[in-house]
Amino acid sequence: MARTKEELHIAKRKRINSVFHGLFLASTLVGVVALLLLLYQVLSQGLGWLDWDFITHNSSRRPERAGIWTALVGTMWLMVVTAPLTFIIGVATAIYLEEYAKDTKLSRLIQLNISNLAGVPSIVYGILGLTIFVRVLAFGQSILSGALTMTLLILPVIIVSAQEAIKAVPGSLRHASYGLGANRWQTILRVVLPSAIPGILTGSILALSRAIGETAPLIVVGAAAFIIRPPTDLFSSFTALPIQIYTWAGQPQAEFQNIASAGIIVLLLILLGMNSFAIILRNKFQKRR
Amino acid sequence: MSENKKDTKADNNIVKIADLNLYYTEFHALKSVNMEIKEKSVTAFIGPSGCGKSTLLRTLNRMNDMIKGVRIKGLIEIDGTDIYDPNVNVELLRKKVGMVFQQPNPFPKSIYDNIAYGPRIHGITKKQELDDIVERSLKGAALWNEVKGDLKKSAYGLSGGQQQRLCIARALAVNPEVLLMDEPTSALDPISTLKVEELIQELKNNYTIIIVTHNMQQAARVSNDTAFFLNGEVVEFNETVKLFSTPRDQRTEDYISGRFG
Repeated sequence: MARTKEELHIAKRKRINSVFHGLFLASTLVGVVALLLLLYQVLSQGLGWLDWDFITHNSSRRPERAGIWTALVGTMWLMVVTAPLTFIIGVATAIYLEEYAKDTKLSRLIQLNISNLAGVPSIVYGILGLTIFVRVLAFGQSILSGALTMTLLILPVIIVSAQEAIKAVPGSLRHASYGLGANRWQTILRVVLPSAIPGILTGSILALSRAIGETAPLIVVGAAAFIIRPPTDLFSSFTALPIQIYTWAGQPQAEFQNIASAGIIVLLLILLGMNSFAIILRNKFQKRR
Repeated sequence: MSENKKDTKADNNIVKIADLNLYYTEFHALKSVNMEIKEKSVTAFIGPSGCGKSTLLRTLNRMNDMIKGVRIKGLIEIDGTDIYDPNVNVELLRKKVGMVFQQPNPFPKSIYDNIAYGPRIHGITKKQELDDIVERSLKGAALWNEVKGDLKKSAYGLSGGQQQRLCIARALAVNPEVLLMDEPTSALDPISTLKVEELIQELKNNYTIIIVTHNMQQAARVSNDTAFFLNGEVVEFNETVKLFSTPRDQRTEDYISGRFG
């Protein structure tokens, strides 16, 4: 029995559907395969070198004695300064723009600027930091210069994500609060922020984890390639995890390549930890409502 | 209330609106509205969508202040005070003129904290005092018996009708004199609607209630006076019984007999 025109048409549509199904699946797999290859290479090279000694030992010119401690402490110092600074300035800015600022040309200009700043390449922030913090303010090639540069770098990201979180608070809740005679600050403190805080925290943690992985601005600001001792105060010279990894990876000896991989594992674990924390936080707060 | 005020007026009108005009940028939303609203009674605003009834309601506690481009001309007096006078404290005005919204909008907090929200922002911190207010307000909104064991539970666990009565209780907690209700039952099922209507009958003994409603039967059931709005004008304002039985204006008659709207 000959197939009707309609049946032929349906068969053709089914074929086209399968072709696209396959194409999209292949595109998805490209990412997954690349990630798996990367993980395989890093783990096979670095896992053998990763032990407690590697984490607790200072850096060294001899690969078998070199550890990640110097860089780990450098990164922690950076975070300890950057995290509170960005959080406070970022959330305050977001509150101002969302709740207080009138819709004027000026506020729209500020908004446009912040959105654009979030997309500026990180090396540009490095050069800005070099000019302002290292030279003009004479903080030198220190933790402080590095942390302030990082603050500038991720501030726009935190502002934008905090704004999104604040915008997501339903207007009906604000109206309820104003309707009871609350003023703006009471409404922000008691209604807007409690509802927005999970989103704000998630955005901040993700921005910080971006900062942890940043290399370029720190190189420009002058993080040291080879220092042995971890920093002791805000004005110490320092190195950070990605810089240490970059330096090791650039050495000719094969052993250094391997401890670079071990360093990458440490960095990945920290990032993974921070991102999981952000997700747990979000889920916890979402459930509560 | 007005006992301790030198009140020479013989009438008991708590809200007076004189020659009120309101514009949303260019749009003339309220056209020379004149109205006097009786104390401790229920006044209903009816009319088709976009006729200005909700707009007028929101001028009474100045919630329109938050909308960009609103201009207001004319006089509104509540309890003898011009509420658009620059010296008026908007926060205190809204404490005195409470509001219940179309959609139940409890805070994502416990039942207790929802009710205590208003008293707390107005400076009450003593636990015993707050406990008393919470109990009194929930009883006032006929919700106490349903929730007295669950005060610490989230308000989001309540049904829609309970949430709306919670919002009424929350408004009562700051001791208002006037209660504005903006279509308070339009998101509720018939049984919850009935409970809210019964509650309104209770509340009018102590509060002046102004209710916007799309539902003419509701206006007829719950209100003492009714105002019919059309295109930003008050076409007719009269005792509810008279307005529904012998409307003076042809447009009112057309609307209440269902010919448009």
